[in-house]
Amino acid sequence: MRKPRVCILRTAGTNCDAETAFAFELAGARAEMAHVNTLVEGKRTLDFYHILALPGGFSYGDDIAAGKVLANELRCKLRESVERFIAAGKLVIGICNGFQILVKSGLLPGNAQWKQEASLVINDSGKFEARWVHLRAGGGGMPESVCVWTKGIEKIIYLPVAHGEGKFMAVGAASLRSILDKRQVAVTYCNEDGSTAVYPANPNGSQADIAGICDETGRIFGLMPHPERHVQATQHPRPGTAGKTNEPDGISIFKNGVRYAQRML
Amino acid sequence: MTYRIEVLDKPGLFDAVGEGIARDIADLGIEGVSGVRYTRIYLIEGAISRADAELICRELLADPVSQDYLLYDAASFTSAAPVNGVNIEVSYNPGVMDPVEESVKKGIRDLGIAGVSSVKTAGKYGIEGRISSEQADSIAEKLLYNKLIQHVVRPGARSSHPPTEYNFKLSRIDLLGASDAELRGISSRGQLFLNLEEMRSIKAYFSALGRNPTDCELETVAQTWSEHCAHKTFRGRIQYSESLPRAYSGRVGKRMIKNLLKSTIMKVTRELRKPWCVSVFEDNSGIIKFEGKNNICFKVETHNHPSALEPFGGANTGIGGVIRDCLGTGLGARPVFNTDIFCFGPPDYPFDKLPSGTLHPKRVMKGVVSGVRDYGNKMGIPTVNGAVLFDEGFICNPLVYCGTAGMIPQDKCFKKVKKGDLIVVAGGRTGRDGIHGATFSSGELTEESETISSGAVQIGNPIEEKKLADTLMQARDRNLYRSVTDCGAGGLSSAVGEMGSELGARVDLDKVPLKYSGLSYSEIWISESQERMVLAADRKKAPELIALFASENVEAAVIGEFTGSGRLELYYRGQLTADLDMKFMHDGRPDIEKKAVFKLPAHKETGNTCPGDQGPALKKMLSAYDVCSKEWIIRQYDHEVQGGSAGKPLAGKACDGPADAAVVRPLMSSRKAAVVSNGINFRFGRIDPYWMAASCIDEALRQVVACGGSVERTALLDNFCWGNPDKPDRLGGLVRASYGCYYAAKSYGVPFISGKDSLYNEYMCDGKSRAIPGTLLISAISVLDDVSKTVSMYAKAAGNFIYVVGLTRDEMGGSLYYSQLGLTGSSVPKIYPARSMKIFAALSRLAAAGAIRSMHDCSEGGLGVAAAEMAFAGGLGMEISLEDVPYKSSDKKRRRNDFILFSESNSRFVVEVSQSKRAVFEKGLKGLPAALIGRLEEHGQFIARGIGGKVCLRENIAELKETWQKPLRW
Repeated sequence: MRKPRVCILRTAGTNCDAETAFAFELAGARAEMAHVNTLVEGKRTLDFYHILALPGGFSYGDDIAAGKVLANELRCKLRESVERFIAAGKLVIGICNGFQILVKSGLLPGNAQWKQEASLVINDSGKFEARWVHLRAGGGGMPESVCVWTKGIEKIIYLPVAHGEGKFMAVGAASLRSILDKRQVAVTYCNEDGSTAVYPANPNGSQADIAGICDETGRIFGLMPHPERHVQATQHPRPGTAGKTNEPDGISIFKNGVRYAQRML
Repeated sequence: MTYRIEVLDKPGLFDAVGEGIARDIADLGIEGVSGVRYTRIYLIEGAISRADAELICRELLADPVSQDYLLYDAASFTSAAPVNGVNIEVSYNPGVMDPVEESVKKGIRDLGIAGVSSVKTAGKYGIEGRISSEQADSIAEKLLYNKLIQHVVRPGARSSHPPTEYNFKLSRIDLLGASDAELRGISSRGQLFLNLEEMRSIKAYFSALGRNPTDCELETVAQTWSEHCAHKTFRGRIQYSESLPRAYSGRVGKRMIKNLLKSTIMKVTRELRKPWCVSVFEDNSGIIKFEGKNNICFKVETHNHPSALEPFGGANTGIGGVIRDCLGTGLGARPVFNTDIFCFGPPDYPFDKLPSGTLHPKRVMKGVVSGVRDYGNKMGIPTVNGAVLFDEGFICNPLVYCGTAGMIPQDKCFKKVKKGDLIVVAGGRTGRDGIHGATFSSGELTEESETISSGAVQIGNPIEEKKLADTLMQARDRNLYRSVTDCGAGGLSSAVGEMGSELGARVDLDKVPLKYSGLSYSEIWISESQERMVLAADRKKAPELIALFASENVEAAVIGEFTGSGRLELYYRGQLTADLDMKFMHDGRPDIEKKAVFKLPAHKETGNTCPGDQGPALKKMLSAYDVCSKEWIIRQYDHEVQGGSAGKPLAGKACDGPADAAVVRPLMSSRKAAVVSNGINFRFGRIDPYWMAASCIDEALRQVVACGGSVERTALLDNFCWGNPDKPDRLGGLVRASYGCYYAAKSYGVPFISGKDSLYNEYMCDGKSRAIPGTLLISAISVLDDVSKTVSMYAKAAGNFIYVVGLTRDEMGGSLYYSQLGLTGSSVPKIYPARSMKIFAALSRLAAAGAIRSMHDCSEGGLGVAAAEMAFAGGLGMEISLEDVPYKSSDKKRRRNDFILFSESNSRFVVEVSQSKRAVFEKGLKGLPAALIGRLEEHGQFIARGIGGKVCLRENIAELKETWQKPLRW
């Protein structure tokens, strides 16, 4: 079976590129690193790939605000190629800093192209925090989202977060309403038993416990937690407790994306 | 023109930054502050229209969802103070690198706007409430800025500083005509920290040449000969004597030591000859075999002096520096984890008792932690292990240890410069920051240090180093250079001097890329600007190397070549500014002989009477700063990045228990893991540094074992932080500690692979010199064959058995229990290697066989604290019987519950074993001191029965956990 090609976008300060590439390979894709300069200078083209992944890190030091400078670069320097990529029905995922970039470039929630309608701001705790959190992608009464990346994930999943600016807020009540109505909320923070989260279960004070959203098509997906850090059993804080047979919670997200992309081959 | 842009949160939004500062103000004991509002300020200079400025604000600087902006013409701007309160605006001093500037310029370029010449940032704090101007000043000084790198902007002050041009003028220093007194003066005025003997031999060298040295030449020699770079104490002659009772175990004896390092630390490694040691004591870090074609290197550095003056910047550049040690090992290693160990003054120390010129311990601690968080997280290197200790002895000289391990391919572990290779400097530009770091850290701090040595303090730019690391690894794998080393203390002088020590080197100082004009040739040569590496590249490959760096926006320049002349020749715009014989620089230093004396301190074993209820003592120890939860720190570090974390720093049912060692899987493709731990305990050193060293090694090793590792595949690093070695009593302790290292490491069969010393940790204040307690950090790194065999410390299941392994003695000297009672004692814990080796080996075998459910080592607070931590981390109750604990009391008639619970005897573990594994476990420990002492229970009680079977401790685990978590929950 042929493998979808994943572009792992790198720039100064990117730091989750290797484990993100590993997760995609594990899920059956072929992942390649591409420095943003090579795309801007036209030495490479996005057209070659089926999935664009924006990994975690501190792009350009998160100076000004998390993800802002790279978001600005995408919007100013790679606009056409990104639009062509999306129009071709291909997939985009942004993890942590990648999510911040997608939101600040306006690609998410993406209802008005390239216009920022939401943000990820400093955690209510006022500091960077690394911890494992419980998440719902669906099930338990949560309306199923249109996200292709979280399709069919019914159980509560367990992933680490590590960020200082992860508090999701929409530009206004109406905007939040429409994100909810259009079923663009892909993952939410919850307690271990699935009940509504309070800090630290909601680690940053996000509106509506939002941990990740997608665009209306469900193909562009961004989230603060790190699925690529839970693709092997030994990465779990309490190995074994998840049950020997269950596959690690993070991998299903990558498999969903890869399975969807295979249809393009 | 210059635009002033103010960016602040929209009204009604939660201002997390302001909230935090408001809390800190309350901590200062200043009342009446109703709130703090933070405003980010950008000063953008250049030929841009107002419309473009608006665009920059809207599209780049202000977040449209959460922030508003105000755009002013800086020239006509006057700051209006809030109706009720004051504004404090803090900006960087000229010459201090502002990390944000480059990113903003890039963002503006991407927007298609040209003509911006400079960008400066500042922070404005609107303090609302009724406070006096004195209070405002005190808030600014204690919380908001550090005068070494920042200043408070006064209304009307222009903040742009036109760069000054530098006009070359060669300056010589008159040594030939200088008397001894003048030589001393030259050394101290120039912050050279060279003693008279050394100044004399420099004078002799130049007399022979019949000329005076240039300032640059003198600086170069001073840097090369500094304690920091030459380790004069550890490599010099020492006349040692000690006065100990004849029967005392651990005598070193009166002797003349030729080279302390070679006769203790390095001797262990030489004698053990471990086949898996690849490169020891010769490179920027030590290298051992890991698996297949991959080796692992490890190095721990200290950054104490800078952290004392500027905690954030000091720790920031400390971690940045040790990461470069790893990048500069062999042909470069890829960093895979960091470790950080700190010693601070008590965070609740009264302000009015602080010695003048020192920062408050809480400020130091918060700054240091943010510094490590900022650099480690932005480098994408998980900070997985550490420790924090507190004592009044560290108020003036906090200790900041930073460590990094890296993966390096077998065939990239060694480097060799060839004649004719070009010298390439890559990474950050060179500025005036960090002048004299190497020499300044080779002397004592004084009240004036923060003014005279301010040049030694700087802040780092982690993203500059991340770019450098990413591209360096690509260049390494494409074989584009022959040698590499980091630019650390001593800057280019040290890096080029070391690389060219055999061949000689020629450098054109004017080819070094500068941050701003105005630097003299000497400043360029000795500047310690961060994020720079020096490489030796084949003439033919240099262009490809520089192009590769450029492709990811890393600046690299050819600045000279390795000549083969055996001389160091420095030119500035064609003019010769230094011409030194490499042999003189590296071998010309006069041998110094130091005196060392050790006298056993007369601490009495006064003791106390054993209380009936041990609960209060246990709680007191769980809430002691050294023992209590460090979660507030650990969560600020990304300990999961790179996806290799297996044994996490926070373990347990709720991920909040204190893990022993950390276990990291650096290669996704391999099941093998690296185990890293540390041993440190300055209290034992107050009695005898010899046994302190032995205990530190034992602690580091038992943590490795507690996580499932084995001693046979473990290597050690030593880091000595000591007082002034020119004082015989301080040096006496250092000698004993070194011999203790030899004894313990040799008998346990673990080699040292690298190390570092930071001496002169003393503070001169109102005539009195305060030294830190002599402190040794032992770091251990071990290779675990199967990551899935990792053992964690938290209790797993009710009904499982609890064992104690290892013999408990009445070794209360230097224990936390005693220190809580205001005692020191004399019965310091010793090690008994023959039996401990058997215990370690047996537990490693049982862990590998899966016979152990959880295991925790007994350190500060002994068995009591260890068992309690296991219970509450697992959310389970525990019942134990102290009578069953293997225990050898000094006096048969007085066996004491408190000693059994809180003794800090070495080589002991608390182990959880499931009922089905009981037989296997007991068979595995046959003939060793190990006993079943209790069980895990559903009920949430921690219960201990004492001698005679009567309950002497009954506490609720939730309450114990709260007691343990509260003190540092900031």
